Amino acid sequence: MILVLVEKDLAGAAVEVSLETLTFARSLSDAGGGVPVDAVVVGDVSPALQSQLAAYGVRDVHALGGPGFAAFAGAAWASGLETVLAASRSVVVMAAGTPRGGEVLAHLAARSGVAMAANVVAFDGLAPFVVRRQVVGGQAVEEMQLSTRPTVFTVAGHAVEAAPAATPGPATLVEHAPEVAESDLVARVVSTEEPAPDLSGSLKSARVVVGAGRGAGSEGGFDDLLELADLLGAPLGVSRVVTSLGWRPHHEQVGQTGSRISPDLYIPCGISGAIQHWAGCSSAKAILAINTDPDAPMVTKATHAVIGDLHEVVPAINAEIRRRRAG
Amino acid sequence: MASVLVCVKRVPDSSSEIVLTDDGQAVDGRFAGFTMSQHEQCAVELAVQTASATGGEATVLTLGDADALEQVRAALAVGCTAATHVVADSQQLGPADVAREIAAVVRDHEAAGRPHDLVLLGHDAADTGDFQVGIRLAYELGRPVVNGVTRVTVEEVDGRPVVTASGDGPDGHETYRVPLPAVVTVLEGGVEPRYPTVPGRMKAKKIPVEERELAAAPAGPARVRWSLPPAAPSDVHVLGKGPEAAPAVVDLLEQLGVLAR
Ligand SMILES: Cc1cc2nc3c(=O)[nH]c(=O)nc-3n(C[C@H](O)[C@H](O)[C@H](O)COP(=O)(O)OP(=O)(O)OC[C@H]3O[C@@H](n4cnc5c(N)ncnc54)[C@H](O)[C@@H]3O)c2cc1C
Repeated sequence: MILVLVEKDLAGAAVEVSLETLTFARSLSDAGGGVPVDAVVVGDVSPALQSQLAAYGVRDVHALGGPGFAAFAGAAWASGLETVLAASRSVVVMAAGTPRGGEVLAHLAARSGVAMAANVVAFDGLAPFVVRRQVVGGQAVEEMQLSTRPTVFTVAGHAVEAAPAATPGPATLVEHAPEVAESDLVARVVSTEEPAPDLSGSLKSARVVVGAGRGAGSEGGFDDLLELADLLGAPLGVSRVVTSLGWRPHHEQVGQTGSRISPDLYIPCGISGAIQHWAGCSSAKAILAINTDPDAPMVTKATHAVIGDLHEVVPAINAEIRRRRAG
Repeated sequence: MASVLVCVKRVPDSSSEIVLTDDGQAVDGRFAGFTMSQHEQCAVELAVQTASATGGEATVLTLGDADALEQVRAALAVGCTAATHVVADSQQLGPADVAREIAAVVRDHEAAGRPHDLVLLGHDAADTGDFQVGIRLAYELGRPVVNGVTRVTVEEVDGRPVVTASGDGPDGHETYRVPLPAVVTVLEGGVEPRYPTVPGRMKAKKIPVEERELAAAPAGPARVRWSLPPAAPSDVHVLGKGPEAAPAVVDLLEQLGVLAR
């Protein structure tokens, strides 16, 4: 059995990267002669989520409920996974390479005394089981042999495209309410501040996206970029550096741990084009990179580029657009 | 008073292009710059802040070859006051080995009357990217672990030291409150790492560094090999340099039909 930890968004639907992980799990199942794929969900499973999981070929949906799962605690979730693992007799446990997914599987691996592979993008062979995963900030790929049972790994975001199964699964709901040890609840979330409203929906479906990275320079460096976005009726998409530094909200992040976009035109300004960013924008039809470095990966991978300081180039583009519109 | 141990790793600077060794087991050091990752620079800053706010001590620990002393000195130069260097080739160790080695240091220091109430690590190593050493360490030590936070403070609550740690989660900014001793892994973004001053550097040179060997034979990583993805040929059309390229850009926007409003 292959067990996949499925994460939910605030509306209770499976997040895209979890659907990608289910897709990855199915390809592993196919290679292994059709072992069933089960999902595990912490908290409520709505009928909509259940049918979503059915579409992805899931056999059983294991729902973990009870007081031990009311607030997030990595150790508690891992103990819940242990319960499901034993009940479903799974030999492979997977999650998306999200903060939660990586944390919970690391707990599980540590508790089980097995290895864990982080940010897997593909598997090579089954016996021995060899995975390929991102190392050195995504610049290199590691072939890693996973020979312990259960086999535990996370799948890098957007490494595979989410695709429903040819034949849907029954997605039978199996409820578990295991007792969680006090020691597994010591480190748990005690309060959560309202997140900034998630407007990533418009980013994912936009025809044009204006991108901004470290090259913006500071929190105050976005005025021209926002004006360009406004002139084009486009949302802003940013790199992880920009969200980590708190310059822009997380829902604007494009990439492996952000949104995957597929616009007709993406205009990344001051973004180097790291593999994790590329994972989110590689399906753009055209890319116009604006960067001071002609050798930046984003420039070499783009269809079009302007070499220069975005703080000079972008205002000039804005002025030219305004001039043509006026004329 | 909180005694903090902060664990740092000497890693190749992956913001510039890297070359691998012929056997595909490591980054070729002859062509690489080396650094301490952003996450760990922030962890060092948080360790120093916590130690000074509570009147405790911040100790830096690294596990790496002789050259890793450079990262130890960097942490000492910004306010750590003690250091331990486990001298070993970190590429030969898996994440479980590293966790076990750090735990051995924590236990030995405790036995010597220097307990570390709080152990800080970076969330993930910039080279091996295993995303698990902090969590494995917590299990080795039998301590709770908070993973991937940007802010850390230690206060007394009812006479007991408690760490409050917070960071962005999928549901918003999340806060954990955990009694010490504990392990916390840090992501960049919550604090600005300070720059070393000249007196800071001078002082750092005089602080003795405890050198150790591995406590146990490592099981090793499960690495078969590393490889670099082949460079894709570029067929980028450069529209121009600087602001003079603006008309060509707007021509392109018109051509793609994205300018109409
Ligand atoms: C597990 C994991 C997940 C990740 N997920 C993501 C993700 O989802 N999304 C993401 O984006 N990153 C992600 N990253 C981070 C990623 O590896 C890079 O660090 C990040 O994308 C770099 O952001 P950047 O391009 O803005 O910054 P940098 O890499 O620093 O690049 C800045 C660029 O701006 C250019 N520049 C500087 N000044 C100017 C100027 N004035 N005008 C024009 N150009 C200028 C420079 O030439 C450079 O090319 C992830 C990393 C890891 C390890």
